[in-house]
Amino acid sequence: MIGSVFRASALALGLMAGTLAQAGEFIVVQSTTSTQNSGLLDHILPAFEAETGIEVRVVAVGTGQAIKNAANGDGDVLLVHARAAEEKFVAEGWGVERLDVMYNDFVLVGPASDPAGVRGGSDIVAALSAIAEVEAPFASRGDDSGTHKAELRHWQSSGIDVSAASGGWYRETGSGMGATLNLAAGMGAYALTDRATWIAFANKGDLVIAVEGDARLFNQYGVILVNPEKHPGVKAEAGQRFVDWLTGADGQAAISGYTLDGQQLFFPNAK
Amino acid sequence: MRDLVEESGLVIETQGLRISRRGQSLLDVPNLRLGGPGPTVILGPNGAGKSLLLRCLHGLIQADAGTVRQNGRALDAEERASQAMVFQRPVMLRRSVAGNLDFVLRRRGLNRAQRQARIAALLAEGGLPSRARQGARSLSVGEAQRLAILRALATEPEVLFLDEPTSALDPGATQAVESLVLRASARGVRIVMVTHDIGQARRLAADVVVMMGGQVVEHGPAAQVLDDPASGAVRRFLAGELIF
Amino acid sequence: MQNFAQEMQAAFALVLAGDSELLGIVGLSLRVSLFAVLCAALIGMPLGAALAVGRFPGRRAMVVLVNALMGLPPVVVGLIVYLMLSRSGPLGVLQLLYTPTAMIIAQVVLVTPIIAALTRQVVEMLDAEYAEQMRSLGLSRLATVPVLLWDGRVALLTALLAGFGRAIAEVGAVIIVGGNINHVTRVMTTAIALETSKGNLALALALGAVLIGIAVAVNALVSLLGARSRAEALAHA
Repeated sequence: MIGSVFRASALALGLMAGTLAQAGEFIVVQSTTSTQNSGLLDHILPAFEAETGIEVRVVAVGTGQAIKNAANGDGDVLLVHARAAEEKFVAEGWGVERLDVMYNDFVLVGPASDPAGVRGGSDIVAALSAIAEVEAPFASRGDDSGTHKAELRHWQSSGIDVSAASGGWYRETGSGMGATLNLAAGMGAYALTDRATWIAFANKGDLVIAVEGDARLFNQYGVILVNPEKHPGVKAEAGQRFVDWLTGADGQAAISGYTLDGQQLFFPNAK
Repeated sequence: MRDLVEESGLVIETQGLRISRRGQSLLDVPNLRLGGPGPTVILGPNGAGKSLLLRCLHGLIQADAGTVRQNGRALDAEERASQAMVFQRPVMLRRSVAGNLDFVLRRRGLNRAQRQARIAALLAEGGLPSRARQGARSLSVGEAQRLAILRALATEPEVLFLDEPTSALDPGATQAVESLVLRASARGVRIVMVTHDIGQARRLAADVVVMMGGQVVEHGPAAQVLDDPASGAVRRFLAGELIF
Repeated sequence: MQNFAQEMQAAFALVLAGDSELLGIVGLSLRVSLFAVLCAALIGMPLGAALAVGRFPGRRAMVVLVNALMGLPPVVVGLIVYLMLSRSGPLGVLQLLYTPTAMIIAQVVLVTPIIAALTRQVVEMLDAEYAEQMRSLGLSRLATVPVLLWDGRVALLTALLAGFGRAIAEVGAVIIVGGNINHVTRVMTTAIALETSKGNLALALALGAVLIGIAVAVNALVSLLGARSRAEALAHA
């Protein structure tokens, strides 16, 4: 027994050593769930890794948490979609420079039965007002993510104070896009989602797109190199190569090359 | 109390031994002297302090006052190593029967061959050879108590204390334990045994100590104490009358 | 509705075919959790034994504390370990965040109280029975501890399994400190969380079934090992 415990320990230590000896250079990218859950990063990163030999490790969390993690120095590059927060991040010195990468758009999804009668419209603010009017269930991210920030902007435009309805028809999941869509599908609620996650999402249930095409539903993604002057541990050179690649011809082509069910999910627009 | 028993090599004595809790005296044995060849049987009703005295003699309990001496020396590690004890409820290690003996022999530094030889001899002595590989906890109570005695004997003690070893046993199992104890005594192991079984005292004892209320009320050769006790209380106890 | 039967079948086909992606995830889960349990045992068992047989001031308070820590919320542990290992945290220079080591640390924090508390319970109960006999045989309190641990081995094995169960099934802590990075820190539970968030419920469920299968296999292995060790103990005694 003691012998086998020793053998097991030795084996475990050996395996650990194998795990800890991390081969090659890598960078950590703090990103949002939409870029991962949609499958975009899995599609484009191998090309970058093959070209540069730099491994990209993606931590996919909500935009709010991604920005906080990056401000703590726990990442080399930030790839998120909340322009105001990104510019604040750079203005406070945490990031070097914010660059546009790509865009897609948000869509309002809801149950096919459409209790608020908003289906087919293209005015997001009017649709939200209608939902509030009939107090149809609405599932919000409630997690300070890019999508959540966008959603709150539209509520504000409609002049509705959703905090009053919190826990009633307005449900804040405090979770990722996927978890929120699972909830919306489960309880027949409306929800705001980015189109990429929506297309890739496999548990739609009877949810359908209710509102799309509003210019205000534009969803811009930006990339920022975390400031090495704030965090000397940042791998500035490798991180910069990733930023350059992503906003350069190869990266932009890779982004537009990603389709799912014949639909393009992200549209490159780096300048 | 006068010592009426012939002195042999080993002497255990108490000097001013006292234990009290919350102002109540539990044990007060100022000058007991166990000097004979034994076996010594400590007799008395429940709560008389027999087990407490035994634990003091073995150094398991530190008395509030007084000392225990063996051959004139205070109980230190060396003296205690010459003693062994068997408890009312045998403590079976979570090992095989042989493993329980091996545990003690290993501590004595015997090599493997020596240990195996000793284990075989001890199991034969206790009538347990067929049980060697069995888990000790699966033994019957009587077998377990025999194993506990064998394990105590494996330490090659000069003194063996037994605390009511047969209180839970049927007559057959009791007889097996008694014969094991008597054979050890015959080989020169000094036996000090607590019981409340007067018949057992008659069968085993060379000298008898009678305790009541934490005190030794009578100590002498078995025949004298059991057949012609000096105190009326002891007479009534031996006659089976309720005391207190 | 998704075709659950089909998805489950596909997932098990991946396992049976030795799909390298899935095997990598399973392997990392096992490595992280087994190593975490090993470390937690090295800390928790002596600690539990000390709490059981030791007599020192603050012992009762520590027993209560360790018992309470059995219910530590994984997310809180993850957060604390994150704050420690973050580059802006006190241990940031070690650059352990988003590595398997960080996940092991979080799981050690989660599992150690479980092993310590259960060890204390086992050792204390055994000690109540053994203490006088051991003292009679001339063993010091310290020398008694290994005897108690060895004789309590069957119950302690169960304590280790309880710890392992907690470690391998836990997601809240490892997803924060590991980051669920593909091929680096993605384990069974974080993969399940990811597939759930993608809406691939059947695949997530299949992965869950695989996780349960692993837990059953580890338990069976340990119980087999335990039976063999008992047989060995009897044979070599």
